Amino acid sequence: MLDNAIRSNRLPSAPGVGYKPQHFAEILEHANPVAWLEIHAENYMGDGGRPLAQLRHLSEQFPISVHGVGLSIGGEARLDADHLSRLKHLVGWLNPASFSEHLAWSTHDSHFLNDLLPLPYTDATLARICEHIDQVQDIVGRQMLLENPSSYLAFEESTWSEPEFLAEITRRTGCGLLLDVNNVFVSATNLDFSPQGYIDAYPLDKVGEIHLGGHDEDEDDHGHPLLIDSHGREVVDPVWALLDYVLEKSGPKPVLIEWDTDVPDWPVLRAEAERAQTALDRIPA
Amino acid sequence: MSVSQTAFHTALLDPSQAVPDGLVDSSDQPAGRRFSVYRNNVAVSLTEAMHQAFPVITKLLGTQNMDGLSGIFLRKHPPTTPLMMFYGEEFPQFLTGMEQLAHLGYLADVALLELALRRSYHATDSTAVDAKALAVSAEEVMQAKLEFAPSMQVIRSEWPIFSIWRFNTQDDAPKPQAIGEDVLVTRPEYDPAPHLLPAGGADWIADMMTGLTIGQAFENTSAMTPEFDLGTTLALLLQGGAITSVTIERLAQ
Repeated sequence: MLDNAIRSNRLPSAPGVGYKPQHFAEILEHANPVAWLEIHAENYMGDGGRPLAQLRHLSEQFPISVHGVGLSIGGEARLDADHLSRLKHLVGWLNPASFSEHLAWSTHDSHFLNDLLPLPYTDATLARICEHIDQVQDIVGRQMLLENPSSYLAFEESTWSEPEFLAEITRRTGCGLLLDVNNVFVSATNLDFSPQGYIDAYPLDKVGEIHLGGHDEDEDDHGHPLLIDSHGREVVDPVWALLDYVLEKSGPKPVLIEWDTDVPDWPVLRAEAERAQTALDRIPA
Repeated sequence: MSVSQTAFHTALLDPSQAVPDGLVDSSDQPAGRRFSVYRNNVAVSLTEAMHQAFPVITKLLGTQNMDGLSGIFLRKHPPTTPLMMFYGEEFPQFLTGMEQLAHLGYLADVALLELALRRSYHATDSTAVDAKALAVSAEEVMQAKLEFAPSMQVIRSEWPIFSIWRFNTQDDAPKPQAIGEDVLVTRPEYDPAPHLLPAGGADWIADMMTGLTIGQAFENTSAMTPEFDLGTTLALLLQGGAITSVTIERLAQ
């Protein structure tokens, strides 16, 4: 269980974007309404050079969210001690406003597979993940947020629904949640559940950050729609509508636009952030 | 039916394997090509990492060939850490072992140069000495010991790797000639750049890194390579900000 004394900074309830080095100069000039930035932790684990210099500079002007993609919280094996200490080092010197990781696994048999792989929602998985989150929060020394995945398939062996599984993890570990609204929409389409029903069952009071991103459309073997979380285009209208549904129930939250492939010019990304600002402005008082 | 991560991992990297039982769609039908989304994500993201790490190799081989080669490489050498900025360390050796590429013997050394540039890019920052640090008497220069920036890299090759690199990254660069080239990578601020070292330069730097004085290392190098040009080598290092400390041992009275 997380020690209550551990400090927990906060991101502003405003739009943020995933930071891309090609936007460095423009962010410093025309950030508005972007009020905070998110980085992928692993890209800033080198020893020096431009990436760290830029990050130091940006962190003087913007709250930073450190978003890990390589910890393999759901892995069957122990967490990678070297990677944990790299994370502790980064969070230590940067002192970010938020630190988050994924409900997924990516490392097995000392191979890092560079993708967020799915987990069965069982009691055994639950126990393992909670043990790993306890370890991360102890070592890194702060609360972490856990992000819901995009699912393309399900496990026959699962006995928990995803929102209940996440709620139980927060109850046992004291971690917070990162709600990826696009992931909810993608999983709901792929696995035929109601995205609003998911939100209704989800512990919104634990949300420290919201993610939005674009997805691609495909089909499975039976012609069923199969959405793929690609982060390579604009957020679609039904996902914006689902964001409104969330914000109406949760109140204002930090909302991040993720765009990781085919990264657009800054004005395009900034326009997405403006749309997030509009959604935040619409929240009934 | 429970699906272990071992079974998932094996099927992920080997498309000839069946999708593990126990993975289903919303109607409890076998997952089928839904599993391919993960297979595809892994292969595409690692192939993309290889393109980013080895732009000149990609240009030399063509994108399609590089894709095919990456597909073989990533299954033989999946990443062993989440630091994708360093993925591909085994690629030069992998290239050496590819029989189909034996006629392109220089590829492995060009890949080594690309790795060195990337290592330099992410190396620890350091402060270079002022160019005047060696503006002392010739006798004192010979007594000096040097320390080098972590971002400095030296690659030795029997192939013209500097000229090949330049020919594939710069317009109007001259065509490579069939000679061996040793390369010095320096990073004055944040952008690493390769430079052609004069004959013997790599030997001299290697000696200096063991803690010899400039004079001792010069003597060793000149014995092997009489035409060794110390002045040019020192100028490359100083201009590239690669020298971080100069210690001149006082001459015995």
